Amino acid sequence: MSITQERTNSIIGQRMLRREDPALLTGEAKFTNDLVIPGALHLAVLRSPYAHARIKSIDVTDALTMPGVIAIYTGKDLHATWAAPMPCAWPVTPDMKNPAHFPLALDKVCYVGDGVAAVLANSETESRDALDAIDVAYEPLQAVTDLEVALSDKTIIHEAIGTNKSYTWNLKVEATEGAVDEAFKNAAFTVSERYIQQRLIPMAMEPRAVVAVPQPFGGDITLYSATQVPHILKVMTAITLGIPEHQLRVVAPAVGGGFGSKLDVYAEELLCVALSRKHGAPVRWVEERTENTQSTIHGRGQIQNIELAADKDGKLTAVRVRLIGDMGAYLQLVTPGVPLLGAFLYAGVYDLPVAYDFSCTSVFTTMTPTDAYRGAGRPEATYAIEVAMDALARKMKIDPYELRKRNYIKKEQFPYTAFSGLTYDSGDHLAAAEKAMGHADYAAVRKKQATQNVAGARKRLGIGMTSYFEMCGLAPSRVLASLNYGAGGWESATVRVLPTSKVQVVTGTSPHGQGHETSWAMIAAEKLGVAPEDIDVLHSDTAIAPLGLDTYGSRSLAVGGVAIAGACDKVIDKARLIAAHQLECAAEDLEFAQGTFSVKGSHDKAVPLAAIAFAAFTAHNLPDGVEPNLEAQYTHDPKNFSWPFGAHICIVEIDTETGKVDVLKYIAVDDCGIQINPLIVEGQVHGGVVQGLAQALYEEAVYDTDGNLKTTNLAEYLVPAACDVPPITTDFTVTPSPTNQLGVKGVGEAGTIGAASTVMNAVIDALSGLGVTKLDMPASPNNVWKAIQAAQGGK
Amino acid sequence: MIPAAFEYKRAGSAEEAINLIGQYGDEAKFLAGGHSLIPLMKLRLAQPTMLVDIGRVKDLSYIKDAGDHIAIGALTRHMDVEKSPVLSQHVPLLAHAAGYVGDAQVRHRGTIGGSIAHADPAGDIPATTLALGATYVVQGPNGKREIAAKDFYKGFLESALAADEMLVEIKVPKMNGAGWSFQKFNRRAVDWAIVGVAAWRNNGASGVALVNMGSTPVLASAVSSALAKGASVADAAAHAADDAEPQADLNASVEYRTHLAKVLVRRALEQASK
Repeated sequence: MSITQERTNSIIGQRMLRREDPALLTGEAKFTNDLVIPGALHLAVLRSPYAHARIKSIDVTDALTMPGVIAIYTGKDLHATWAAPMPCAWPVTPDMKNPAHFPLALDKVCYVGDGVAAVLANSETESRDALDAIDVAYEPLQAVTDLEVALSDKTIIHEAIGTNKSYTWNLKVEATEGAVDEAFKNAAFTVSERYIQQRLIPMAMEPRAVVAVPQPFGGDITLYSATQVPHILKVMTAITLGIPEHQLRVVAPAVGGGFGSKLDVYAEELLCVALSRKHGAPVRWVEERTENTQSTIHGRGQIQNIELAADKDGKLTAVRVRLIGDMGAYLQLVTPGVPLLGAFLYAGVYDLPVAYDFSCTSVFTTMTPTDAYRGAGRPEATYAIEVAMDALARKMKIDPYELRKRNYIKKEQFPYTAFSGLTYDSGDHLAAAEKAMGHADYAAVRKKQATQNVAGARKRLGIGMTSYFEMCGLAPSRVLASLNYGAGGWESATVRVLPTSKVQVVTGTSPHGQGHETSWAMIAAEKLGVAPEDIDVLHSDTAIAPLGLDTYGSRSLAVGGVAIAGACDKVIDKARLIAAHQLECAAEDLEFAQGTFSVKGSHDKAVPLAAIAFAAFTAHNLPDGVEPNLEAQYTHDPKNFSWPFGAHICIVEIDTETGKVDVLKYIAVDDCGIQINPLIVEGQVHGGVVQGLAQALYEEAVYDTDGNLKTTNLAEYLVPAACDVPPITTDFTVTPSPTNQLGVKGVGEAGTIGAASTVMNAVIDALSGLGVTKLDMPASPNNVWKAIQAAQGGK
Repeated sequence: MIPAAFEYKRAGSAEEAINLIGQYGDEAKFLAGGHSLIPLMKLRLAQPTMLVDIGRVKDLSYIKDAGDHIAIGALTRHMDVEKSPVLSQHVPLLAHAAGYVGDAQVRHRGTIGGSIAHADPAGDIPATTLALGATYVVQGPNGKREIAAKDFYKGFLESALAADEMLVEIKVPKMNGAGWSFQKFNRRAVDWAIVGVAAWRNNGASGVALVNMGSTPVLASAVSSALAKGASVADAAAHAADDAEPQADLNASVEYRTHLAKVLVRRALEQASK
């Protein structure tokens, strides 16, 4: 028995090394494509080279004679296989248009990468070679890559719905009717800004991979997939294929990153299952990097128009937002909901009166479908309000930090009921900002800037900031209902103390790099007084962890971690009854600390959890009415979103001759409440900041006007590497969440939410003296140089 | 990322390699470090049916002081060029530029000869050896011949090498204490240059070559002529793109690339003049 008896230090808050890492770093971890499955057939998917075209004919005659080819299927061949089109779980409005979308196109392709035919062969190479021998005749149609042109319906992509518009979703809240218009009429200052959220490619290090394995008898099937959402995938695969759900088991082996791109139900998952059933053989598929850029969802893709009204002191009086969302060619799992996840955040962290007017119209284009990408809606919203705040400060000729200070929701106003009706449970924006300002030495930077940014200076200095809310921890099920989301937001945990007092924690979350095994063991260790190394965390297999809603939206800790704490409480409650029985005292006379029940005031009368676990197992002497074994399941449905917040600052220097932006310093002060493992928190902040900074400076999925994606590999799509990003100073404030017992909030998306606007505010700050006050992302050297040229030419 | 099917033969010597490539003709390719060819094959942009692996031809990896020049075996890895004391002393521009090729893994696999024979205008080594006035020694079925770097690059990924010829040695004149500079402008450290400049200056003489400013590496002769006539660095740099025909790509418009060439040539000459 290795239950730690004398443990004084709390486990929560320790910088424990991740238990996942040895296997990952030595290559021992098994990803989906590492699974050895004898007799598997290999799937390869022929993809459309056209953005928009009618399929006139598909000739597979030659391809069928290629070595190793078993079968080739077109969309028409498989049409009867599907019980339903591919799922979209978020019909955001009753009249939302959702064109039927099948794993292989039927008579039309709607983006470059749309699946046209499926080859099954004996080897991966043979399946790939056969693709080149399939002859498809296309009738090319006009590509639609511009959102505003798409809205004009000049070229309709899906004839069956008769329009390119999917939906318009409004959130207008006014204290009195006309309040927003009135505020703009009476405003001392207004700004009206237009921002482009460029398309981003999530680019998880592990591409997608799938293996479907039929079991020998009875029709059961196991689906292995590089997915973030094994539970959701199981339900959706059952519905789409008409398979009884109980005959389907989904396993997510080691998964190498997702960032939202593996929060989906994809054509290849459905194809592998369907074809493995048809052929009675395992079917596997692994994505090539180029396929990954074309056929895995993209993120962002919005045109944002934001207007702010402010009084003479700069106090915000109204916010008006008009969005156009780029859905891409089809609606994937939560595509239409992504812009709306930001809908409540366009007033940022500011004390706005009830005068808010948000409207989002989303359109189909002939590009890869979009869906949730790290932050999903919230980086976009934060970007718009935070960059617009800087524009307002410039207009008022006041310091942007001063403007923010005049508008922050104050610490004493929390819990704060926002214009939207949402309750921001806790926060202290000024404290976070002051801490960040201290790290930046703000006054000194401003002073240096005044001497450096003179006319003709080759290098100009800029400093920018962002204050943000992360609204995450998806989500209270009732709130999701009000948003018409197709599922709840709860999470499940089972905690099982084994006879030898080792512990199994079963979670419905599905990690793909976050370190859940480490953190969840720490939570259970803290609660149960068991050493973390005596705790095993089971996850990502629907046969082992049947209940769950998986990992996305910074929900795993704030919902799933809290569920584990709740399950531990139930275990302790049951153990207390057994302890009281053994010690012949009343349960309420017992206290539980460091893994041991003892009688209050007489500590020599004590029994460790280990002894109770064994007693519960033998069941020789349990109190009446108590079931054998020590195990409890708990489902947590959060009362509120979690509201992490923070302040980020970036200092840049720009070479005005070349347009190159050098990030000198990046400071992230985040508040995610109580930290289970600060090492993991810092890692999340680092990764998140780099992804936001990448949007600001590097990344863009570029399409030409014919709808061809031009960034189809890692030489063209510029994911920054470790040597391309600046040192990041991380610091924290700790404002515990009042809505869960651990006091925790999410942190997975915080860095991404805060970073893009922080970097761009710094860039514009550096250049505003040259007359540059607008710059689209990414602030590439070419774009920055062009903006300087335009501004200087205009003078 | 699976290449089309191909056959593979390993050559033990230059002669054997040339003999093999002669047998298989146009569809055969030499494989050295593989860091240019293999990516193209994985994208199926190159589909050679025969690869002749010269990676184990040991006697083509050397850096020798040959009096007025340094002789470098074509299979010398970038990392060995970068770390060579002989080159650091006599041709520091080349040693320095080699340190900018790809990342450390690429530099340990990729070879100087492979980079030159691939004739990628975006490569750092072709332009650098061009600026230095290098001579390339190539070997064919009938023996060896020499091609001046300025006569070698014929078009995008096209060189004066015949199909049955193999680059075996690079002869680089010693710099004799010339001032020099290598400017590589890119967005990420491991990327190809958006524009690069290799330049040296010694009294009236100079050599300036541009990376990624056209379909071949470009010798900026107009810059050297201007300098020879006594032009200032700034005035000479204004001629940076005179000999170039830059293309637009995702990172740079033609206009921006032309501007960058002028800025970088000026900076290079400023540094080389110190």
